[in-house]
Amino acid sequence: MGAEFVQFSLTPILIGIFAAIACALPGNFLILRRQALIGDAISHVVLPGIVVAFLVTGTTATGPMLLGAAGAALVAVVLIETVRRLGKIEPGAAMGVVFTALFAGGVLLLEQSDTSSVHLDVEHALMGNLEQLIWLRADGWGSLVDPVALAALPPELPRMAIVAVIIMVLTVLFWRPLKLTSFDEGFARAIGLPVNVIALGLVATAAAAAVAAFDAVGSIIVIAMFICPPAAARLMTNRLSMQVAWSIAFAVLSAVLGYVLAGYGPIWLGAAGSVSAAGMVAAISGVILLLACLFGPARGRVGVAAGGEAP
Amino acid sequence: MAEISLVDTRNALDPASPLAVRGLTVSYGEKPALFSLDATFPAGAMSAIVGPNGAGKSTFLKAALGLIPRVSGEVQVFGRDVDRVRDRIAYVPQRASVDWDFPTTAIDVVLMGLYGQIGLWRRISGQYKARARACLDRVGMGEFADRQIGQLSGGQQQRVFLARALAQEADLFLLDEPFAGVDAATERAIIDVLKSLQADGRSIVAVHHDLSTVPDYFDHVMLVNLRRIAEGPVRQVFTAAALSETYGGRLGATQIDTLTLQGA
Amino acid sequence: MGPFLEALTFQAGYNAALVAIGAALLGFAAGAGGSFLFLRKRALVSDAVAHATLPGVGIAFIVMVALGGDGRSLWGLLIGSAVSAWIGLLAVEWMVRRTRLSEDAAIGAILSVFFGLGIVLLTIIQGMSRGRQAGLEDFLLGSTAGMLFQDAMLIAGGGALVVAAIWLLRRPMTLVAFDPAFAAARGVNVRRVDLAMMGLVLAVTVIGLKLVGLILIVALLIIPPVTARFWSQRAETVVWTAGCIGAVSGWVGAALSASAPALPTGPIIVLVAAGLFALSLLFAPVRGVAASLMARRAFQRRVHRRQGLLALSRAEPIHDPLTLRILRREDLIRPDGVATDTGRAAAAKVARDERRWSIARQLHHDTALTGRYDGLTPIEQVFTPDEITHFDAAIGGPNLAGGT
Repeated sequence: MGAEFVQFSLTPILIGIFAAIACALPGNFLILRRQALIGDAISHVVLPGIVVAFLVTGTTATGPMLLGAAGAALVAVVLIETVRRLGKIEPGAAMGVVFTALFAGGVLLLEQSDTSSVHLDVEHALMGNLEQLIWLRADGWGSLVDPVALAALPPELPRMAIVAVIIMVLTVLFWRPLKLTSFDEGFARAIGLPVNVIALGLVATAAAAAVAAFDAVGSIIVIAMFICPPAAARLMTNRLSMQVAWSIAFAVLSAVLGYVLAGYGPIWLGAAGSVSAAGMVAAISGVILLLACLFGPARGRVGVAAGGEAP
Repeated sequence: MAEISLVDTRNALDPASPLAVRGLTVSYGEKPALFSLDATFPAGAMSAIVGPNGAGKSTFLKAALGLIPRVSGEVQVFGRDVDRVRDRIAYVPQRASVDWDFPTTAIDVVLMGLYGQIGLWRRISGQYKARARACLDRVGMGEFADRQIGQLSGGQQQRVFLARALAQEADLFLLDEPFAGVDAATERAIIDVLKSLQADGRSIVAVHHDLSTVPDYFDHVMLVNLRRIAEGPVRQVFTAAALSETYGGRLGATQIDTLTLQGA
Repeated sequence: MGPFLEALTFQAGYNAALVAIGAALLGFAAGAGGSFLFLRKRALVSDAVAHATLPGVGIAFIVMVALGGDGRSLWGLLIGSAVSAWIGLLAVEWMVRRTRLSEDAAIGAILSVFFGLGIVLLTIIQGMSRGRQAGLEDFLLGSTAGMLFQDAMLIAGGGALVVAAIWLLRRPMTLVAFDPAFAAARGVNVRRVDLAMMGLVLAVTVIGLKLVGLILIVALLIIPPVTARFWSQRAETVVWTAGCIGAVSGWVGAALSASAPALPTGPIIVLVAAGLFALSLLFAPVRGVAASLMARRAFQRRVHRRQGLLALSRAEPIHDPLTLRILRREDLIRPDGVATDTGRAAAAKVARDERRWSIARQLHHDTALTGRYDGLTPIEQVFTPDEITHFDAAIGGPNLAGGT
């Protein structure tokens, strides 16, 4: 692993890792709260968000795109909650109504506007462009300490790293309220915790992770990382802290293995070219989840034969 | 009727009562679950809230704690707004209200009761862990401290919930069906702990469904079926007429006779 | 006639008419079929089914090319998509049954993993010599451009078949969607009916792939049932209403799309359905937002009025400002808070009814009747005049109507 690896693989792998961690962390709590699909909904509405941002600003610069996506995620969350409460509709259906309608609006706007000259399309939003986030200025591991080369890092890397670190810090800071409100909402309210604010904060964090990640890695990875690593982790242990640790491990493993297999797998099989890294990362996370479903020590429901043993 | 004005701005709720409500109406949709309910629970007593299924017993506790919105009425805990005295209340929700599959251990659940004192960010020192363990010991669950909560029996889960309430060191304990679905040993253990709390001067209000144990366990009772049917010392209130009005045809006459004879 | 009206009346050309009919049938099938899932509170299972079609499309293409075909036969692709969607569906069920994961996690996992796998296959196909013009990306968002006559026939015929199947299975499916335990007690095989529901949803998804694409077909399965729920409380009515809403969305959407350039069919159909949803959410009678806000306010006023009158009858002080305001406005108390004659009479009636209820609970052991006490329902609505006379007799003492 020499200069070529640093140039073409190091940065995409790192970006993939940070994106996976940023999504998997809030995913742990979303799964425990039976809100796993909110990540799915948010990733769908990113598209209308970036289209609107493009129509308003006329550029595909990162800043407006991120703002547009974040705005759309916020609108979606508010709409889902409104539809659920005012229409007395179960959360799954409310989510389904809102995100599909917004997504349809996004596709329509995209077709209506002239975006042929810029790189803005549905497939990009779905698949990202992980493979293109290479570090051309690097000429070996030494570049890691070379300020000139470092300045030419793809901007997605520091952005994703910062978001991942912020989400890690938030998870540690709000560990107790998150745990308590996820486990026993009634008790949490009774001792005066702002349960609704915490719930909104969690969803907002998930939205931030999704928005920061989609541009680099695409919506597929985002959805997969929200759900698969935490779900697999849940089947490994009966302790929340261990579950979160496992989920990070699984997220990192999916990102690394997925990228490597997508890039080198076809060559090993004797074929030319490579396959979608985003798709492969999602697929690997699925394989990990499958293995956890089959062999995870805490895979069974309580009282079910396959249940984990007492620690 | 004399010409008295009904506009009254004085505080009519007893400030000495650990939990007093007035005109409390709560509804789910268009159907009231509690209608214009008044209640004043005495300090330092074991009080029961009794009534048939769907009579609004749990709703009463939740509305008193502000967990669900109320259509009208006021609530005071120790003479103050409930939001200002939350640190003096320990609430034990219905066991079925949480996901016991949650990845956490018994001792962790008890530590949740200490969050109010530890704060949300400070490290949990050994001193707090020892206190949580002592609470588990007090309900006879010391040896299960590190067990995942889903692997406990129903009675053991209920004891863990009680231990969490103990850890809060509150002055008012609100319990929602603490004896539902628990074994006899657990019921005994819980009632012993509650009685010792009462001996310490704490007040207890529990939603209770087993009429036969009301006179044994409690001093004060509120019979409720959507509205308050009767409230007062068990001796005075737990009468055949009041029970019959509370339960309607759901209790046979002989059943009621045995109950109130025990109570007399 | 404008181009939109032309398209709406099937006069915008043979193919456009066929697409409009196909879209209407598909919309009907999706709305009605999705209703059962929605009533069963499993609406988002359709999301997993739809995304799980993608790897099947890819594999079918590769297999057909390997067998020497050109890989673009719609039949072949749809069969492939149906097989992989079915596998995805079984995987969701397996995860929920075998592990502690809940259904939402299983749905999310399957949809993202299968979709990821599908994308991997699409990139493989793009690398194949025949793959460049495969046009499989159209299955993501649907496309009516270049749709062949037999494709349109397939959609229309398939939609009609699904509608027929729903008609045949409506009874057991309604029963299971509404109350699975009761259905099981009646001897209905719940698991088999569940699978039949899923089969219908899968059929709708597969048929709709070409027209609206796999992401938006979910919308047609969810939005019409949710919309229909605002207009009816009866399960079977919801099913057919949802079918009609879906059909109208499909028909109007297809016509709109045919009448102007750059209006892709799938998103337009979905947006028409979403528009109908928004109107229903706001304005439907009873369950709509406007109606329920008004009902909520009226309810709150009834509660306060009644509580105020109860307080009057017991000569208790009233603290609640809203109660005082309502009593004053209805002239039940004077501005200074003293009860008026009307107020006193109303309070006396309320007090008497409370006593009647109290007697009713002691005498009448039919809890179905006494259980209807909610503080607001007039006693005359629950008991006959004879029974009430009986209660009054039990209260004893004359002059009750006069109050205290």
